[in-house]
Amino acid sequence: MRDDTPPPAALESSPAVRLPHAAVPAARLARWLVSGPPLLYLAVFFAIPTLIMVVASFRFPGDFGGLAPIFYQDESGAHLDLTFENYTRFFSDFLYTELFIKSFGYAALTTVVCLLIAYPLALLIARSPKKQRDLLVLLVILPFWSNFLIRVYAWMIILGPNSVFVGALNRFIGVLGFEPVTLLYTSFAVIIGLVYVHLPFMVLPLYANLEKHDPALLDAAQDLGANAWNRFWRVTWPLSLPGVFAGAALVFIPAFGIFAIPDILGGTSGIMIGNVIKQQFLDTRDWPFGSVLSIVLTLAAVALAGLAALFARRSRP
Amino acid sequence: MALLEIRNVTRRFGDFLAVDDVSLSIEAGEFFCLLGPSGCGKTTLLRMVAGFDAPDGGAILLDGRDVTGVPPEARNVHTVFQSYALFPHMTVAENIAFPLKMSGVPAGDIAARVEEALEDVSLIGMTRRYPNELSGGQRQRVAVARALVNRPKLLLLDEPLAALDAKLKEKMQLELITLQKEVGIAFVYVTHDQQEALALAHRIAVMNRGKVEQLDEPSKIYSFPVNRFVADFIGTCNILDAKVAGEAGEHVRLDIAGLGQVETVRTEHAHPGAKGVLALRPEQVSISRQLSSGADENRFSGRVFDFLYLGDVTVYVVELVNGSRIEAMLPNSAPGRAKFFEAGDPVEISWRRDAGRFLPE
Repeated sequence: MRDDTPPPAALESSPAVRLPHAAVPAARLARWLVSGPPLLYLAVFFAIPTLIMVVASFRFPGDFGGLAPIFYQDESGAHLDLTFENYTRFFSDFLYTELFIKSFGYAALTTVVCLLIAYPLALLIARSPKKQRDLLVLLVILPFWSNFLIRVYAWMIILGPNSVFVGALNRFIGVLGFEPVTLLYTSFAVIIGLVYVHLPFMVLPLYANLEKHDPALLDAAQDLGANAWNRFWRVTWPLSLPGVFAGAALVFIPAFGIFAIPDILGGTSGIMIGNVIKQQFLDTRDWPFGSVLSIVLTLAAVALAGLAALFARRSRP
Repeated sequence: MALLEIRNVTRRFGDFLAVDDVSLSIEAGEFFCLLGPSGCGKTTLLRMVAGFDAPDGGAILLDGRDVTGVPPEARNVHTVFQSYALFPHMTVAENIAFPLKMSGVPAGDIAARVEEALEDVSLIGMTRRYPNELSGGQRQRVAVARALVNRPKLLLLDEPLAALDAKLKEKMQLELITLQKEVGIAFVYVTHDQQEALALAHRIAVMNRGKVEQLDEPSKIYSFPVNRFVADFIGTCNILDAKVAGEAGEHVRLDIAGLGQVETVRTEHAHPGAKGVLALRPEQVSISRQLSSGADENRFSGRVFDFLYLGDVTVYVVELVNGSRIEAMLPNSAPGRAKFFEAGDPVEISWRRDAGRFLPE
């Protein structure tokens, strides 16, 4: 009896099976050539500075600012001069934790307000005729064309005591019997600035997500008996969650550590953790303690970004 | 009273008349097909029945009630969309539970109803899968189950099998027929595939340019097309230009330019002098090597121009003396023989006098 099926070995050595293996080294090289430069960039400008900062957080401040030498010399030779003192200081003074919590609150409020404004806007753009969408997206990113600081200074004028806006507002609430209000140098001004600056970062990922939704899904939902609210709440909203989390991360993380906006608009009451870090490096010149605050900020941001990523993954099968 | 009545419905998009004064009625429990080429208005008509679009003129009555202006969510009509439109963030069970939740079915009853609907479409054990984990056929079944689960009066299906391969399509067609019988809900099925319409429907409305060209049972539409469009669109058809030469009892004589006279059944438009076409199905045309001698047959000689071997049948294209080509279909009942004639062979073709139809221009 003849058996026509080839033995397994013959299959394995057939050229069709071996060819992909031969192609692997070249493909691997190409992959490294493509991803090598950005990896190098990240190593030089992110990983190494972070490491320097971590080491700095264990060192002593220098006598005239900066850092004290990492080694000290005595009779028995050279010793590493490191300390936990900077961390002890952070944890023993609740003032700093309080500032973190306050900054977290500002960033969270900014994120929520941005989401409330950006969602309808992104939905409007995504459901506009295709021709108008690009123009509307352009309008959203238009503010990027002028300098960030100039735009924040513009808010200083708008919210300042001599502005037409604040004048009109105070006349209006005066009629209603309220005392005139000051807007500049308050936490309100800081939130306004934070929302204004970060809004496009919420709109764009939301738009990118909403634009991809299949309109047939809404037709199907309506056909199956869903009213406008249920169509939004059960179809559009859950499908947009990846966009919501992406936008929230893009707004929350930079807003958490920002110092320029509270510097310009916040006065003394609107101060955030970013301002204290800046102070430690530039004014107090206590680099080790500034490093501690920076590290805590980075860890908090990474933890929150991780949470957002986790939720985003769970929200989509 | 008809379940669905479409009365003189017209729909315009700018200058384009998508649906042009269409009237038809659909009975409860019926499997009805809207058949036509793309752009004929069948999908527009379906969307108006579903409530996504409103007619510019005329009325749509569901159970005798005018539903013009009633939004889709308030109509007891569900649609199976061409893309299925399953909710990607919901499992199979959640998808099917959706219309139940929307219509306020108590939460305790939902699971059992979902299970029942899955049983109807033979998809048990798939409840926790997500749509992207299903095959095309399974998605189609979920879409049907979701649209049927709260027992609408009418189920609309918009080319639901268009995305499936031929084999699966046939299987799903059989399942749809069985399912429709079981649930007893009227189906309105939109398709451009004439074979599908013939296989599925109790009645077919053939549409072209916004109008219903013919509305009848599949076998009537296939055998007795009322005009050239229907004859040409449904199945394959030989079309020969013809002129009525005279009457002969139950038959009429047709003049076919350059070929001679043929006889066919008399129809109401076939009065002497009328111009039109003779429509003839390939399976009605016999092909043989030597002259046969049937008295009630039309016979012509020609030459095999080409042939298509299709497995079950072979279609021979025969060129006649006047240059026109006629397709004749021969079943391949003898195993192992691909063809009986070669290209270039002289052959004789014939068809019965009661085959073929004269269709006026």
